Amino acid sequence: MTALWAQLRTELRLTLRNKESLLLTLGIPVGLLVFFSVVDVLPLDDLLGPGDEPVDVLAPGVLALAIMSMAMTGLAIATGFERSYGVLKRLGTTPLGRPRLLAAKIGAVVVVEAIQAAVLVPVALLLGWDPTLHVLPLLGAVVLGTAAFAGLGLWMAGTLRAEITLALANGLYLVLLLLGGFVIPLSELPDPLRRFAEALPSSALVDLVRAGFGGTTGPGRAWLVLAVWAVLTPLVAARTFRWSPAR
Amino acid sequence: MSAVSVEHLVVRHGDLVAVDDVSFTAEAGEVLALLGPNGAGKTTTVEVLEGYGRPDSGRVRVLGHDPATERDRVVGRIGVMLQDGGVYPGIRPPEMLHLLAAMYDDPADPDDLLARVGLTDRARSTWRQLSGGEQQRLSLAMALVGRPEVVFLDEPTAGVDVRGRQVIRQIVRELADGGCAVVLCTHELDEAEKVADRVVIVDRGKVVATGTLDELRARTSEEVRFSAIPELDVDALGRHLETTVTEVSPGEYVVADPGHDSHLTAKLTGWLANHDVALGDLRAGRQRLEDVFLVLTADESEPDVRRAVASGRRRGTGRRGRRS
Repeated sequence: MTALWAQLRTELRLTLRNKESLLLTLGIPVGLLVFFSVVDVLPLDDLLGPGDEPVDVLAPGVLALAIMSMAMTGLAIATGFERSYGVLKRLGTTPLGRPRLLAAKIGAVVVVEAIQAAVLVPVALLLGWDPTLHVLPLLGAVVLGTAAFAGLGLWMAGTLRAEITLALANGLYLVLLLLGGFVIPLSELPDPLRRFAEALPSSALVDLVRAGFGGTTGPGRAWLVLAVWAVLTPLVAARTFRWSPAR
Repeated sequence: MSAVSVEHLVVRHGDLVAVDDVSFTAEAGEVLALLGPNGAGKTTTVEVLEGYGRPDSGRVRVLGHDPATERDRVVGRIGVMLQDGGVYPGIRPPEMLHLLAAMYDDPADPDDLLARVGLTDRARSTWRQLSGGEQQRLSLAMALVGRPEVVFLDEPTAGVDVRGRQVIRQIVRELADGGCAVVLCTHELDEAEKVADRVVIVDRGKVVATGTLDELRARTSEEVRFSAIPELDVDALGRHLETTVTEVSPGEYVVADPGHDSHLTAKLTGWLANHDVALGDLRAGRQRLEDVFLVLTADESEPDVRRAVASGRRRGTGRRGRRS
């Protein structure tokens, strides 16, 4: 068994063993999807096309939320505690090396995203979701969104104490859940807040995922916003990351 | 070529000089203890050898290579036990060992290692469920997975019970006997005395003594030590013995004996009897390592340091005692 494969398996095993992380990556997205599909309280009318059900708007939003929950919050909390427990430092004295450790982490995020999709998509289909798949733009959006949120997560994990990372990653998740356009349409927000929200990676990702499942490429503005975040946050994370525990 | 060589190492943490011109070597087949109080610079020194930090000046070599710039030539051949474990909180012992085993070309069998440190029956527990002593034993096993030629152990027996200590000491001995160079940091004299072939005593970033246990004990043997009630009149006693007597800690006295006076003991016990003072214990010649340590790390300008170090030793520190 190679070092990379062993590291990837370990990352996955620990993620799936952690019940808080499962609640965040699967429990909350599934819950939101089912609840708001069945209970019609969200003002989704502006986003609904002819013949659309609420689930047609909700399913892509919740899939985008799932990406954020794993790539940002899940990755930040796990990596933050690995750093504070000295795991990253300890692995630094093995032949594993940073490139393979990073590759294993990325691989684990991708596999968890696949698991999230494998759970959320059938649930959404059962609730009457009727997507028109546009595969390439959708994949592009997922890759950019994962990079942007993973960059944010690693930025926190690599610079802050684990307890602060835990609080901030969860707090940001909650703020972006409300402002990110995942379930609540941005059009419902007051104007200055809406414009702020439009510049966030969350709303750009939601727009593009929704477009990808609606058979279109999505607005250029969203691609630009998400691409900038996807380049910026990993760069900052790489430049600021501290491997040893905070003192 | 020495397995580990440190030449005039200087490491600064901001304004603080954590390691100040430290030099020593460790050879294959020996256990070298870096002994000193907390904050002496032991962990910082070992971190440079493990490739974490670069020296501000000086030179270190591990198996002939610079651990910072030739990392790839070093990491596969060393084993590391960190002071704070470095283990995923949610992982089980065999999983951690199998993970590390996958990173080396010719690893030791993880299940054998687990048995060797006595953790086979804890295989289903996660790291955070293990006791402090069990965590230390797993950390030790982790250091051995890659069949290392050099092992760095930072406070390996801190927070470990008596039986656990015996297991760890025995493994350390077997490692050295098998040709491994073991560099061990400890603030516990007992530990150095029990496992080390050679000791480097460090204090406030500097090496204050290096040698085998016998050499170190012989260094300060031109004196006689005894204990009695505190606050004896050392000047009067000194005049009687025609030498100097100092009270190094309350009730602990050192009588200088540069000329090896053959009647010194008799004169001392006679004086004590005349003054109705009961003698606690009396040691001439060979010193305990603790005495050597206290003499060497004492600072004349800080008379309390000796006592502080001595009580620090008795109190010990927790498993998560901070870096030194």
